[in-house]
Amino acid sequence: MTSIALVRTGIRPFRGAIVTALLLVWLVGFTVLHGQDTLALGAADTTPLHGRLNDLNDAVGANRNSNPLFLYFFNEIRLVVDQLTTFISSLVSQPAFGRPVPLIGWLGVVALVGFGSWALGNLKVGLLAAAGFTFMGLQGLWQQSMDTFALTLSAVLVALLVGIPLGIWAGVSDRVNRIVTPVLDFMQTMPTFVYLAPLTLVFLIGPASAVIATLIYAAPPVIRIAAHGIRQSPKETLEAAQSLGATRSQTLRQVMLPLAKRTIVIGVNQTIMAALSMVTIAALIDAPGLGRVVLRSLQSLDVGTAFNAGLSIVIMAIVFDRVTTAASVRVERARRTTSRIPARVRKVALLVGGAVTAVCLYLSYTFVWAAEFPTDFDVGSPISRAASAVTDWAQLHLSALTSDFKELVTNSLLNPFQSLLTDSPWWLLFAVLVGIAAVAGSVRTAVTTALCLALIVGTGLWFDAMTTLAATLVATVAVMALGLVLGVWMGRSVRVDRVIRPVLDAAQTMPSFVYLVPFVALFAASRFTGIAAAVVYAAPVAIKIIADGIAAVSPTTMEAATAAGSSSWQVITKVQLPMSLGTLALAMNQGLIYVLSMVVVGGLVGGGALGYDVVAGFRQNALFGKGLAAGLAIVLLGIMLDRITQSVASRAQATTDHVRH
Amino acid sequence: MTIPSQFTEPAQSSEPSAGETMTTAIPEELVQSPSLEAKATAGAPAPVISVQNLWKVFGANADGVPRSEELRALPRKELKQRTGCVAAVCDLSFDVAPGEVFVVMGLSGSGKSTLVRCLTRLIEPTAGRVLFKGDDILQANERSLRELRRHNIAMVFQHFGLLPHRRVADNVSYGLEIRGAGKKERSQRAAEVIDLVGLSGYESSFPDQLSGGMQQRVGLARALAGDPEVLLFDEPFSALDPLIRRDMQNEVIRLHHEVGKTMVFITHDLSEALKLGDRILIMRDGRLVQVGTGAELVGAPADDYVRDFVREVPRSHVLTLRWIMRPVQPDDQLDGPEFGPEVVVREAVRAVLESERPIKVVEDGRLLGVVGNAEILAVVAES
Repeated sequence: MTSIALVRTGIRPFRGAIVTALLLVWLVGFTVLHGQDTLALGAADTTPLHGRLNDLNDAVGANRNSNPLFLYFFNEIRLVVDQLTTFISSLVSQPAFGRPVPLIGWLGVVALVGFGSWALGNLKVGLLAAAGFTFMGLQGLWQQSMDTFALTLSAVLVALLVGIPLGIWAGVSDRVNRIVTPVLDFMQTMPTFVYLAPLTLVFLIGPASAVIATLIYAAPPVIRIAAHGIRQSPKETLEAAQSLGATRSQTLRQVMLPLAKRTIVIGVNQTIMAALSMVTIAALIDAPGLGRVVLRSLQSLDVGTAFNAGLSIVIMAIVFDRVTTAASVRVERARRTTSRIPARVRKVALLVGGAVTAVCLYLSYTFVWAAEFPTDFDVGSPISRAASAVTDWAQLHLSALTSDFKELVTNSLLNPFQSLLTDSPWWLLFAVLVGIAAVAGSVRTAVTTALCLALIVGTGLWFDAMTTLAATLVATVAVMALGLVLGVWMGRSVRVDRVIRPVLDAAQTMPSFVYLVPFVALFAASRFTGIAAAVVYAAPVAIKIIADGIAAVSPTTMEAATAAGSSSWQVITKVQLPMSLGTLALAMNQGLIYVLSMVVVGGLVGGGALGYDVVAGFRQNALFGKGLAAGLAIVLLGIMLDRITQSVASRAQATTDHVRH
Repeated sequence: MTIPSQFTEPAQSSEPSAGETMTTAIPEELVQSPSLEAKATAGAPAPVISVQNLWKVFGANADGVPRSEELRALPRKELKQRTGCVAAVCDLSFDVAPGEVFVVMGLSGSGKSTLVRCLTRLIEPTAGRVLFKGDDILQANERSLRELRRHNIAMVFQHFGLLPHRRVADNVSYGLEIRGAGKKERSQRAAEVIDLVGLSGYESSFPDQLSGGMQQRVGLARALAGDPEVLLFDEPFSALDPLIRRDMQNEVIRLHHEVGKTMVFITHDLSEALKLGDRILIMRDGRLVQVGTGAELVGAPADDYVRDFVREVPRSHVLTLRWIMRPVQPDDQLDGPEFGPEVVVREAVRAVLESERPIKVVEDGRLLGVVGNAEILAVVAES
């Protein structure tokens, strides 16, 4: 208890005072020195480093077919992935085998998807899947949907093929787990965007790179969750198997895997959702599909078309999510059915369904009407027109409201803060940030921060990085505010939780790309649009973490506080929030990571800064090096923010634990 | 034993009083009596399990602890401070005779659960020997250890350790399955043991559809299915509520009568130990404090720790006539009823009080001593 007393009375104010002093120094420095040493760089300007990266790109391009590393390694990977992707595409989306249409036409795909979902999940999700896919066709986006579908499928196949065994291995072996975990941690702090640039350097632009980027992004969840599932097997059950003389492989096959099956299926769900999200973003490196439609129409500010394609993505996400969730429930329930009769009925029904599917496959292979999606019922154009009309109306009638709000936030919060970060001399800000990291975290945090900042200076994109940092921090403040209000509300009331949580869950399954569409509709293209989208994108995760933290506060403590006569407000501010400090810090950590990844995507709609640099790098060869450097700067920002918030989180967790015990 | 029929029905147990003074009324020479010592060892068949100087130390350089004379002697706390190692089991030795129910009792943290896991090397011991019918288990290779676990020694766990994805019958026959038994043999044997533990009708239920007590019956059946020679119980009933616990204890007693397995039973509950154990080993901080029959623990506690433990035990339920009889005196009238020395006091109370004369304690026709109203009342009054 004495140590807490020390923390409470001695060290805390001391820390606070240092941070305040640092901020004051910064403010004074800013007023005196602002505009000096800002390291600003024009949008089309490059540094020698960027030039060298360009040269590297050229060198790789020139030696792609002679360098042994490429010849025997990267090119082989590319070839295998390319063949897999081409094969799956030729099944559902691209003309192949001398046919003007893919092997399986729309009728076959719809039947197969519906039947598969039924077999893996239940009849309801089977119908949902069939209806969802049909609707995508009616939207006039059959071709693009199938491209996205094929790419996602290819990436998911490889990700699962590698990820599940690796996850099981990490679950069984502590050593493997110790190696894999930090790698996965690192991969998860990287914004989706960042995977793309280095991959194009090695694998060129196109579907193969898109699939590789996607599988790298999508594999971590299933690895992590499979390992977790295996690790979760109750110790005593394992001991029981061991005490009966089970071998290691018997224990794995008969005890661990059956027990972890459901968890692994949840991992598959996460992987599929991540894959879909990444496949749409891979439009930036010329991946075909719905993402490309969204991207192009966002660039031409054609909100109607973007909305139509975004809707398709959402529908696909919902179908994937529902089907895999139903599959995990089926895994759980498969062992539950004590009576065998429904199982037999289901089997017969599945056989009949399989036969019908086979007929549909044959029809779609043979007849044009079943191969090419009919264009008679066009739902897409009305949707686009309606979305455009709503957008026009909103921009006309709500503009007073929306643009006022936008202006208010931009002028009173965003601009001053951004100017504070970008217009300070870089060395001043450098010192202040390292100082804050040292005080908030530890010496190690400070060293990491200094290293990251030094490297950012090295990328030549300090100014852009600080712009992105400003946007990220402003958005994170908003996320935390939302998280606190909604999280506390949910944590205190089971009923509110029950209403809000499904909405948040649904929001989390949406690919990040889609979030931009409505905000472009409301706020047009601007810096603010990206930030607003980032807030909405990152809020669900922060809200859920805070709600869980608040709900986890021991009911006995709450009862004691209430019994002592505390008001609700006092219970919240004096018991619940202090006791979930660790959770709040964790929410901030996750919020920051999510915000950063979305703020960067916001570069597409006028967010500027690093995100814009990356996008420009894909478009113009001369800016490739700068784009790569920008990607690096994003990673460095991510690592820095993650380290600082994590050390704050672990410190807060430690104090809360002290108090709890 | 010669117990009059009217005494075989045990009386309802009286509430144990919180007696403060519990001085041992047993003469010193009686405690040390050779007949008691002899009973435990002489003429007994070779032990099924013999544990010799067993150590389990957790931590870095744990191996060094049992080897160092100095460290061996340190109490747990000091060892932890000096080396950072935690000694769960320290220099423990005991024998388990065939057919015996051997109870290891201790509070949480005493190392008893570690001990029972060391017996089949679910936890690898640090030093010492564990002999199963003369062969050192610690020297066994992986294969023969597995064979031992499959055929000779089975274990029942505190939280049951059942496989939630398998039905009761498949849980019970799991041990047979992994040792390669055919399907027919498995289902037949499973049906037998399920019947034996009274779970008939629940063969195709899943574990989480059963109550805690029934789940532990499944655990029991699983252990019995392989027909092992030894059953290890790791606090099997601690997770059950009191009434179910009593049922399960009676179940173990019944099974012991029916199948006669050797049992090593871990518990933290003294009354459970006294109820089930032929002999009881008391552990504290990884070390052996005392080993003996329930009557020996209650009648002659080795130290204050054991004395404190057994303080609230109703002595008349545990002590036998041997412990309370007095030597025959010249003026005793020796025509009272005869009892054996192992008759529990409680069962002789009425006979003594109804008889005008002191009762005679007779073993193999030899008069060992007498018990009169005074002796009986001394015990009953205390408890």
